[in-house]
Amino acid sequence: MAAATPTSYTDKILYSTEVAEFSPAIIEEMRSHVAKYPADRSRSALIPLLMLVQRERGWVDNAGVNFLAKFLGLEVTDVWETATFYSMFNLRPVGRHHIQICKTLSCRIMGEPDITEHICSKLGIHPGETTEDGKFTVTMVECLGSCGTAPMMQVNFDYHEDLTIEKVDKILADAE
Amino acid sequence: MEIRAIGCEPLQLKRMHIENGHTLRVYQETGGYTSLKKALGMTPDAIIQEVKDSALRGRGGAGFPTGMKWSFVPKETPKSKFIVCNADESEPGSFKDRYLMERDPHSMIEGMIIAGWALGAKTGYIYTRGEYKYLIDIMDVALAEARSAGMLGRNIFGSGFDMDIHTHTGAGAYICGEETALLSSLEGYRGHPRLKPPFPAVEGLYASPTVVNNVETFTSVPQIIEMGGIAWRDLGTEKSGGTKLWSISGHVKKPGVYELPMGYADMEKFIMEDCGGMLRDDKKLKAVIPGGSSVYIMNAGQIIGQNVPLDYEGLVAAGSMLGTGGMMVMDETVDIMETTKNLSEFYKHESCGWCTPCREGTDWIVKIFNRIADGGGRPEDAKLLLDICDNIEGKSFCPLGDAAAWPVQSAIKQFPEDFRTWLADKTAGNGVMPNV
Repeated sequence: MAAATPTSYTDKILYSTEVAEFSPAIIEEMRSHVAKYPADRSRSALIPLLMLVQRERGWVDNAGVNFLAKFLGLEVTDVWETATFYSMFNLRPVGRHHIQICKTLSCRIMGEPDITEHICSKLGIHPGETTEDGKFTVTMVECLGSCGTAPMMQVNFDYHEDLTIEKVDKILADAE
Repeated sequence: MEIRAIGCEPLQLKRMHIENGHTLRVYQETGGYTSLKKALGMTPDAIIQEVKDSALRGRGGAGFPTGMKWSFVPKETPKSKFIVCNADESEPGSFKDRYLMERDPHSMIEGMIIAGWALGAKTGYIYTRGEYKYLIDIMDVALAEARSAGMLGRNIFGSGFDMDIHTHTGAGAYICGEETALLSSLEGYRGHPRLKPPFPAVEGLYASPTVVNNVETFTSVPQIIEMGGIAWRDLGTEKSGGTKLWSISGHVKKPGVYELPMGYADMEKFIMEDCGGMLRDDKKLKAVIPGGSSVYIMNAGQIIGQNVPLDYEGLVAAGSMLGTGGMMVMDETVDIMETTKNLSEFYKHESCGWCTPCREGTDWIVKIFNRIADGGGRPEDAKLLLDICDNIEGKSFCPLGDAAAWPVQSAIKQFPEDFRTWLADKTAGNGVMPNV
């Protein structure tokens, strides 16, 4: 279960009827996902489409969920049911650079605690928090399949492996 | 990081160091898609027989014989059949599939098409964990290449057989590596496992016959068709055919992905010589988790001087399991109870919440570990933890519960002194551990 799921999202489900809008190009991209599945099985596209909504809107919000419910002919609760299960869906806004530090065994014994300490003290936040300027969020995540190149972190979708303090400083400095 | 074969010609790793090995052009220049041509000239039954002869066992962790799995798919059915590649690699310690998809995606695609022909499936999905976005992009390009060159789509190589394959993204859930949870997720639902039977081979995706295999299982198939099942089997042992990829991480000098023949002798040599030995020369080996986090942890005494062969049977005899071959090596600086707590946190986070023993049990294990870590350890804690494990193991809906119990059980069994010391350090009382 997604441990970081905020409890407040249920309020928004009940009270928001706003529906997101997307450009024709994005709608076309969504249709290309739906086309992968049998005609009566369009719900299969739900997770790929939630990914797309998050890419476009920065997080999975009410308006995006309401849109997907309409687009796929589902109930709003169906979409939330799926969205709240998966840890990659951000159910609240995150920084432009989402730093996801792997905390599982191989990374843990190869230096993750020092990396985490360094990043958090440099940014002045704890894991789970976002910097005030909205630039960085730090999240602790479970194994990302980079154990041979531990410690590692993922910033948005980019893998950064064999991390050292120097490497981390450069990654943070290069972030726009 | 090392990527190389030891004790065998590289088969799985054949294209790892070839420039542009991920492209269709280089794939074909190095023998790619000849097995598909050959397979399309064979009967489906003959292909399944070759896979049975090969003694190929599923490379995703459970080790179920692939040929047998394929033979469970009904031949006559009005329903569409599906081939699904489990590319949800999430087992802590395992990272081999990543490199197969990154540098040799056509091998997996070719294996899936051969499986489609053998089983009569016209649609395939590659279910990839969402974090591997860059790999999905690579596979989308590879699939488009295969489509435009006639390996996918209508009338493949003039055989009259039609098939297409699509990528599908997960979104961060270890449980979706369990094949029935994967299918729930592929249908757009929460990743909850399903009751078996019916098995996916009979009622899988959309309640239709479905075969779910790991990436490395599919990449083995073109090799088997090319060499013949018996010849491929003989690369390994009678019961564990072929070669196997090992992901090795932790305190060794040369972590990486290694291809070894099944039955490779032995585990000590592999760690101490092939992988360069301990990361720090003055630190001794303390523990190894040989098959990904979901297997029993081993202490050094189970490995050093024990001649443990690296195959399914050898690791069981040595007191653990092969799993996915995700080997994590720890030296004497590691506190085994801290690492066990770390893995318990993983299973708590990844428990899907569907069944009570796993959802509640994994939570309680972490709570107890936290209480001890905070200085509130009690003499009876080892017994309490083992009691909880006993209430999870074999009593959960899917194997995640077993996987959560085994690290705790084996850590207490193989490292009783560590537990005793840990408890004593953290406890106001005397820290005496009862016999367990």
